[in-house]
Amino acid sequence: MLKYFPLGDTAFLIKIGNDISTETHFKVQYFTKLLEDKNLKGIIEVTPAYNEILISYDPDIMNYKELIGELKKLEKKEITQNKESKRILYIPVCYEAEYALDMEIVASENSISINEVVKIHTSGEYLVYMLGFTPGFCYLGGMDQKIATPRKETPRVLIEAGSVGIAGKQTGIYPIDSPGGWQIIGKTPLELFNPESEPYFFIEPGNYLKFYGISKSEFETIKKQVEQNSFVIKTEIRDE
Amino acid sequence: MNKITIKKPGLLSTIQDAGRWGFQKYGMPVSGAMDLYSLRRANELVGNGSKEACIEATMDGPTIEFFNDGFIAICGADMQATLDGNDIEMYKTVRVNKGSNLSFKGLKTGLRTYIAFSGGINVPVVMGSKSTYLRGKIGGFQGRKLQKGDEIEIGTFNKNLDFKKVPKNKIPFYKEYFTARIIPGPEAGHFTVKGLADFLNSEYTLTEQCDRMGYRLTGTKIRHRLSADIISSGIAFGTIQVPSHGDPIIMMADRQTIGGYTRIGNIVSEDLPYIAQLKPGDKISFKEVKLNDIY
Repeated sequence: MLKYFPLGDTAFLIKIGNDISTETHFKVQYFTKLLEDKNLKGIIEVTPAYNEILISYDPDIMNYKELIGELKKLEKKEITQNKESKRILYIPVCYEAEYALDMEIVASENSISINEVVKIHTSGEYLVYMLGFTPGFCYLGGMDQKIATPRKETPRVLIEAGSVGIAGKQTGIYPIDSPGGWQIIGKTPLELFNPESEPYFFIEPGNYLKFYGISKSEFETIKKQVEQNSFVIKTEIRDE
Repeated sequence: MNKITIKKPGLLSTIQDAGRWGFQKYGMPVSGAMDLYSLRRANELVGNGSKEACIEATMDGPTIEFFNDGFIAICGADMQATLDGNDIEMYKTVRVNKGSNLSFKGLKTGLRTYIAFSGGINVPVVMGSKSTYLRGKIGGFQGRKLQKGDEIEIGTFNKNLDFKKVPKNKIPFYKEYFTARIIPGPEAGHFTVKGLADFLNSEYTLTEQCDRMGYRLTGTKIRHRLSADIISSGIAFGTIQVPSHGDPIIMMADRQTIGGYTRIGNIVSEDLPYIAQLKPGDKISFKEVKLNDIY
């Protein structure tokens, strides 16, 4: 049974689960897609998070009661895990010293070598639970705790877009220049957010990211290709 | 090409329409006018679509020179508008001539005023909207607030426009306190009985930390019974979050797409334009209503 909570008179929440888990995530994704495909009258936007979905609506077209009625009909089509295949996006990251500002901290914090940090970071497949916080920021799950490192006590005033970092048990990429306290271990030449041309964002909630190491010269080459819109992100579709 | 020049920008003048909808799932804030009622009214007076972009001026109005004849309308905060030195009325269609200068003598009531131009403002549509998102440096005029010397293209105005006026009973009156109707939020149960009662029975003051993203309030601390943190999830325009420190925060137009604090309630949409007109130091109190009472 799903739970519904009004958030004012132009939005409401659908609560799918009570935890951050892949199971809840896939149910959220399943119901989000169902709603996007149905394109119900009055719904302006569907915003999935970890365990809830925010529905923004126009009460002049459909009111809360009417929309809940429609959703309850959909709900009857049992919400199961998303059986769709796994979509893995390969993200190039340069882990060389120039971009890996805090690599030594991460290595020494975990008593491992820098090579091991890179090996561990590139071996995971990270689930994009949701995007938020800043445009294009991905909340990733699945980092190996062997490279977990606390945030910096004093955040940096500026972290450049594309920087890849670790904060506690999470890893992530800064999509735009912003202040922040993450331990930076590399940088991707990809643009996670480009307001100038479509697609504005290439990562969708529910995708998996896999990082792979590149050299500084490869970084420059890919960066140019990204600017010319000619870089193709390697994508793997895997049936599980 | 019709255009205007910004001769004085005012404290914070940005181009805003009804918002950049459709990309919250990628973390893109909606932005748009803080006071959507004034935006709509101003546009209607000059024959624009109700969601067209206007200049949103905050605290202190800009000085604008017109390079062409046209029509404008001003709604929202009363900043004592003048055209070539003569007082002009708000909430009505105003004719401007080539070479005219619009300026403002100073803020009397409210905080944000909206200037609509017949034909609209021709800035690029970025991700479906002309709204300026300041933190992301996108939209509006070069992604930033207006500056002295900016030349902004205006659409072709409707020569046959009928002069219109907003009826007196539809003109909002702004005071230095406001009682906002709220619908209880999903975490209303995370608070102590006294905490909830304090929230509904006390008066809160807007702090200096009030901007297009959100308003921090101060007053009687609202105490939690359960955790103040939640699994980060969606927030809406007017969502009131209460972190563990107990002071409420109202999420406004440039709010981030998700939040991690308990959502005690949400201000009803009809009252939000009044919230948008409050200033630091102004008072706000909350009154609970049921969603059914709104419709």
